Amino acid sequence: MKLTGARILIESLRKEGVDIIFGYPGGQVLPIFDALYDAPLKLILTRHEQAAAHAADGYARATGKVGVCLATSGPGATNLVTGIATAYMDSVPMVAITGQVKSFLIGNDAFQEADITGITRPITKHNYLIEDINDLARIIKEAFYIASTGRPGPVLIDFPSDIQGQETEFIYPDKVDIRGYKPTYEGHPGQIKRAAKAISESKRPILYVGGGAIIADASEEVKKLAIDNNIPVTTTLLGLGIFPQDNELSLGMLGMHGTAYANHSIMESDLIIAVGARFDDRVTGKLEAFAPHAKVIHIDIDPASVSKTVDVDIPIVGDAKAILKQLNKAVKKPDTKDWLKQVEDWKKKHPLRYKDDDKVRPQYILEEICKATKGEAIITTEVGQNQMWAAQFYTFTKPRTMISSGGLGTMGYGFPAAIGAQIGKPKATVFDIAGDGSIQMNIQELATAVINKLPVKVAILNNCYLGMVRQWQELFYKKRYSYTSLGSMCPDFVKLAESYGAIGIRVTKKSEVRPAIEKALKTDNTVFLDFHIEQEENVFPMVPAGEAINKMLSGGLA
Amino acid sequence: MKHTISVLVENKFGVLARISGLFSARGFNISSLAVGETEDPTVSRMTIGVEGDDKTLEQIKKQLNKLIDVIKVVDFKEGEFVDRELMLVKVQVNTKNRKEVLEAIESIGAHIENAGSRSISIVATGDQTKVKALLELLRPFGILEVVRTGRIAMGTEDKGLKVEGKPEVNE
Repeated sequence: MKLTGARILIESLRKEGVDIIFGYPGGQVLPIFDALYDAPLKLILTRHEQAAAHAADGYARATGKVGVCLATSGPGATNLVTGIATAYMDSVPMVAITGQVKSFLIGNDAFQEADITGITRPITKHNYLIEDINDLARIIKEAFYIASTGRPGPVLIDFPSDIQGQETEFIYPDKVDIRGYKPTYEGHPGQIKRAAKAISESKRPILYVGGGAIIADASEEVKKLAIDNNIPVTTTLLGLGIFPQDNELSLGMLGMHGTAYANHSIMESDLIIAVGARFDDRVTGKLEAFAPHAKVIHIDIDPASVSKTVDVDIPIVGDAKAILKQLNKAVKKPDTKDWLKQVEDWKKKHPLRYKDDDKVRPQYILEEICKATKGEAIITTEVGQNQMWAAQFYTFTKPRTMISSGGLGTMGYGFPAAIGAQIGKPKATVFDIAGDGSIQMNIQELATAVINKLPVKVAILNNCYLGMVRQWQELFYKKRYSYTSLGSMCPDFVKLAESYGAIGIRVTKKSEVRPAIEKALKTDNTVFLDFHIEQEENVFPMVPAGEAINKMLSGGLA
Repeated sequence: MKHTISVLVENKFGVLARISGLFSARGFNISSLAVGETEDPTVSRMTIGVEGDDKTLEQIKKQLNKLIDVIKVVDFKEGEFVDRELMLVKVQVNTKNRKEVLEAIESIGAHIENAGSRSISIVATGDQTKVKALLELLRPFGILEVVRTGRIAMGTEDKGLKVEGKPEVNE
């Protein structure tokens, strides 16, 4: 049967199991939107293309499926860029489809033309410009395959509007064969044996687990390796949830704002078992000083992540789940009794603390949200202090419940990501932990949340500052608060929420915190909780930039 | 250290931009780059001259391999490959030094393509050492223009580079 390019796109998406896409119309995607009008596939109309990309990203992270976003050419496409870069840094499977000016106009500086394949080359896993209608189905098949396999990532398809209207026979390929793309899944058996031996012989082992383990669905295998062998577990920001934080072997997050005991543990360890983590600078701190006594096992699907920063002794390239399964069979339990005692000692000496007085402290709010949701909510975050407090004070117990822009650190990510997550997981409680700065970067999405009747809750930790930058200015720039105060121009978030038809609740007293959260959880509406928190509250512990990660500032709390 | 990397890539629009973009985005230095079609018209071959320590080279190879359009990458080892570069040079001449210039050209085995009254255009091929030597030899006479293709390289004996799918990167 002959179909138009636009129809082939829709049919191909259906073949890929896509039933929801996020997007925004425009001149060069009119044929696609016309086909969407009565298609068996729903488009969530965001109020900004950037939010469509973030929502597709949040949807992908919450469900493990490929997130799809759609925008028109030129400004529509460039508005996706931050969302695509965010997904790229955090290995999120995404297919972004952009309209392009008619193929014969490309290169002519046509109205709303942008070279989006050129612009997104360094921030996509791969991208395509459709030049021939007969390539379309194959390219879509390849795009989904590339986005979701190996180390996942965003793939962009640029689709000229004239080709959207052309017709051809629709044949969706069953198989993909790309000679330059053959990801490795099976770990090398010899390397797995060496790793097992190293673990069995270690005295002070530590598991350092990142987002890659969540992508590989390796939570059970990580748990087994840790619990059967008494190995403490620390995670990256994106790894939160892979290992239940209520387990005594959990050390929480490590790194710049990690727990002191996670940082001490990794620095003193004799063996680091890294799984789906990439030794990012926020984790290692001063590289030369990082974990000086440790041998390193690195399990990762991306060979380029191995020995990129930290030199690795036993690299194992492949799928974390498959490798850990093999490893679990081969490991003999090491004797870690003394080590665990030491770790326990650090935990007792340097717990996460805050001043628990009668003021509205953000850490207290996170603890209360955690209690009220029994630690089972999907938490999305913006970027900055809100993100770090969420990472520190919410107790994550399940994978895919912490959704945050880790690599790129994109303010404005959390709210649209929460929308995407809620659409992907309609029954889940979804909480966006926000700051008053970040939330204003995609606040227009209130409309999307309300019109789609999404019960997303947004906890604005409102300190009238760009808090994290202010914290750096306080600590390292002699309190010269250069352009970080939003105080005089902070909107009334309650009225703002109400103007969109959402519910707004303001909290100015500690005693109001829990009741407000309960009230928000009881309603099926979108809720903005405007928590007026201690304005100059800081995130501690903190490792100053360029320092070793056991040289933490405790803010006088330890 | 200097390295010669050979890369088989899909002969597609935009591939050169992907490769050069990768080098600039990650701060890798390219000293020379030559591209052309291979025996298989769907495949192009690039020879890239790069400088860096072992760790950097390892990253360059891994990052190149990550590109979907890259089919195969090889970093040639000393003594396992032949390389050539083609160079066009225009040298200034006058009645006094004409003979001397011609002798120099002949001594290095370069060919004269055009001999005018004020300049001589020559073509030379050779490995890096030869090309460099010729330039040094001609420099005193006054070089007006130099055009170089960049090195191309091929592994000798069984150190060749063929499309059979990317080798499994398995450590």
